[in-house]
Amino acid sequence: MALQTRKFDAIVVGAGGSGLRAALELARAGLRVAVLSKVFPTRSHTVAAQGGIAAPLGNSSEDHWHWHMYDTVKGSDYLGDQDAIEYMCRRATEVVIELEHMGMPFDRLDNGKIYQRPFGGHTQDYGSPKMAMRACAAADRTGHAMLHTLYQQNVKSSTQFFVEWMALDLIRDAEGAVLGVVALEMETGEPMILQAKATILATGGSGRMFQSSTNAFINTGDGLGMAARAGIPLEDMEFYQFHPTGVYGAGILITEGVRGEGGYLLNKDGERFMERYAPNAKDLASRDVVSRAMATEIKEGRGCGPERDHVLLKLDHLGPEVINLRLPGIREIAIKFANADPIKDPIPVVPTVHYQMGGIPANRLGQVVAPRNGDMEAVVPGLYAVGECACVSVHGANRLGTNSLLDLLVFGKAGGEQAIADIRAGAASHKDLPKDAADRPLARLAKLDSTSGGERVSEVGNDLRKSMQMHCGVFRFPELLVEGVDKVGEIAARAERISIDDKSKVFNTARIEALELYNLIEAATATAVSAEARKESRGAQARADFPERDDKNWMKHTLWYKEGNRLEYKPVHLKPMSVDTFEPKVRTY
Amino acid sequence: MRFSIYRYDPDKDARPRMQDYELKLEATDRMLLDALVRLKAQDDSLSFRRSCREGVCGSDAMNINGKNGLACITKIADLPDKVTLRPLPGLPVVRDLIVDMTQFFNQYHSIKPYLINHDAPPERERLQLPAEREELNGLYECILCACCSTSCPSFWWNPDKYVGPAGLLQAYRFIADTRDQATSERLDNLDDPYRLFRCHTIMNCTDACPKNLNPAQAIGKIKEMLVRRAV
Repeated sequence: MALQTRKFDAIVVGAGGSGLRAALELARAGLRVAVLSKVFPTRSHTVAAQGGIAAPLGNSSEDHWHWHMYDTVKGSDYLGDQDAIEYMCRRATEVVIELEHMGMPFDRLDNGKIYQRPFGGHTQDYGSPKMAMRACAAADRTGHAMLHTLYQQNVKSSTQFFVEWMALDLIRDAEGAVLGVVALEMETGEPMILQAKATILATGGSGRMFQSSTNAFINTGDGLGMAARAGIPLEDMEFYQFHPTGVYGAGILITEGVRGEGGYLLNKDGERFMERYAPNAKDLASRDVVSRAMATEIKEGRGCGPERDHVLLKLDHLGPEVINLRLPGIREIAIKFANADPIKDPIPVVPTVHYQMGGIPANRLGQVVAPRNGDMEAVVPGLYAVGECACVSVHGANRLGTNSLLDLLVFGKAGGEQAIADIRAGAASHKDLPKDAADRPLARLAKLDSTSGGERVSEVGNDLRKSMQMHCGVFRFPELLVEGVDKVGEIAARAERISIDDKSKVFNTARIEALELYNLIEAATATAVSAEARKESRGAQARADFPERDDKNWMKHTLWYKEGNRLEYKPVHLKPMSVDTFEPKVRTY
Repeated sequence: MRFSIYRYDPDKDARPRMQDYELKLEATDRMLLDALVRLKAQDDSLSFRRSCREGVCGSDAMNINGKNGLACITKIADLPDKVTLRPLPGLPVVRDLIVDMTQFFNQYHSIKPYLINHDAPPERERLQLPAEREELNGLYECILCACCSTSCPSFWWNPDKYVGPAGLLQAYRFIADTRDQATSERLDNLDDPYRLFRCHTIMNCTDACPKNLNPAQAIGKIKEMLVRRAV
């Protein structure tokens, strides 16, 4: 079947913060750029980020990029690549000031400068007990304000959008270069080839592989699935962040900014238990630390409610003025989803899956890198990955709050810049497409069209989510991990037999959900297999049988390959770009 | 719980129809969207948009028992036993509860929804006092769900000519921003019998907004600025 083909200089898959930032760079450079998104851009999940974006502006407390770098390295439990972390922290002020110039409605201090609040793990003076006020905030709607601002700038720059298009697979030639994607227009059901000199994946995380997640329905790891099927490994997928404060029972995010503004956690005895686990930072310790403390309180019977299965987030002492000015969105969420008005009542919360530290291996310029001929980080020509779908790795084993939005801007911009340079340095014409460019995705579509009476997508998906929740939780147990790998394998086999009843061409969301399930399965397999194999505790991976970090054997990045379901490892970049290495030490808050 | 849901698939239906569904509620079904997701597990052809499931992305706007709202923040407990769901009124239906929002976004784009400032950007942030920033509250929070514009009779009649409440709210968001230098250009762009003045203060927009914003008030302020400019 000959597909219609359209040619661009660059295509960006995904229209969240990093995709829009990359697209803006390309559009402003006058290149022909197309942005594909499953949803209208402002519906992307960046919209749900709440608390802030990190930058050492020093508006509210003394600050320095090197302190930010230290906090990020320590927060990563020393798995983050220190050159990339230095790069991100040094560019933070630049990208946040640019965002302000674009019209971002940041909150303000009395002197008119951007308002900044404390956040977990952000300190002054290399981990001193004094917290740094580094989180630049637009109330508790920072992601919403940022995503809309970036979309608006793309409207101004006349970026071309393909709204409600789903990318299905990468096109790679015999030399391994990526030449574009095969994508599906949801409204018509028609597939098309989009050919480009640069393909930038910005597809976000895969948090929907878990049952209880702060993530949107669309976060199904589509870029990860595409990369894995194209022979590119996935890095550090065992590290999935549990955010300490998801609304109990609903999973909706309650920003760490609540604790930044002075809120704190209580167990059933009304005890501020974080004082025991993190004597200095208390409730503003790193997310992995707080989530483990909460899980421990619950496990040891000090949880709240009739089932003793959650803890309480108290903030009424902040007073209605602070809550209404700085935290209006979470007040709305708590009232709607927890039946609790935080002006009077605490919010019931549990650790909830939130963020994928791992992803498609990329360097700090946004280029996708994979082992080839002994080079562990050979650039994959024509392919870039930015944002949550990428593993640069700046977050290592645990991300600090507010570093995510920063990551989107820094690496979205850097990836755009690098793509521009590569396009300008490269050939004027597009490379020839291989004959079988669209065979794999078309076969997948044809199978969905022709199969009936198979496994139901919703059931297979629900079983996957339940298994991941059960087997890859806050604390990980050896038998559960081994069983988890088997279960995910069984579910993957069932996913081969799914069918959909809806065969319509027009806006077929059943087909989309089936295609998403294939991608989720790749990401979940990578997570389960990588987690089982890593015999240590580090950041978000907390193993009951190996409770300590093991730098001698495990200070290395995992690479999972779909083919053969096998693992490889590559070294962590301990050497920063210009400063001295932060040597690993015991991590306390 | 009983549902009557608007169904239309142009691939196979000659005309739209209403289809009845029944769902046995479970403890985890809190919001209307939870129920819809479970109905879709039974009948995968039932089509609707959804994403964040917490009222910030604006995907799942629909007409719920005659009123526009977001399924994900509409509590089942607040609904009667029989719920009628239709697509947002006034826009072409693509399929079932999915509407073609092109006209809506065209109007949003027509107000130049981006900050315009011709000065060279300073090295650091442009300063803005807290009181000036507060002027943007109630404006920048819009999620572009279209509940307001598709509840407005003026928008129903002239979706190609009348900007509609969502677009006008965003026009005022930039007029109200002390960093924006294009107020007079923005007012020129709206000073038109259709683009702005098709608003007849019916107030359906404000009543429909699931984020409790007040487009009618913003429109009133733009009209006032135009009147003041004229005298």
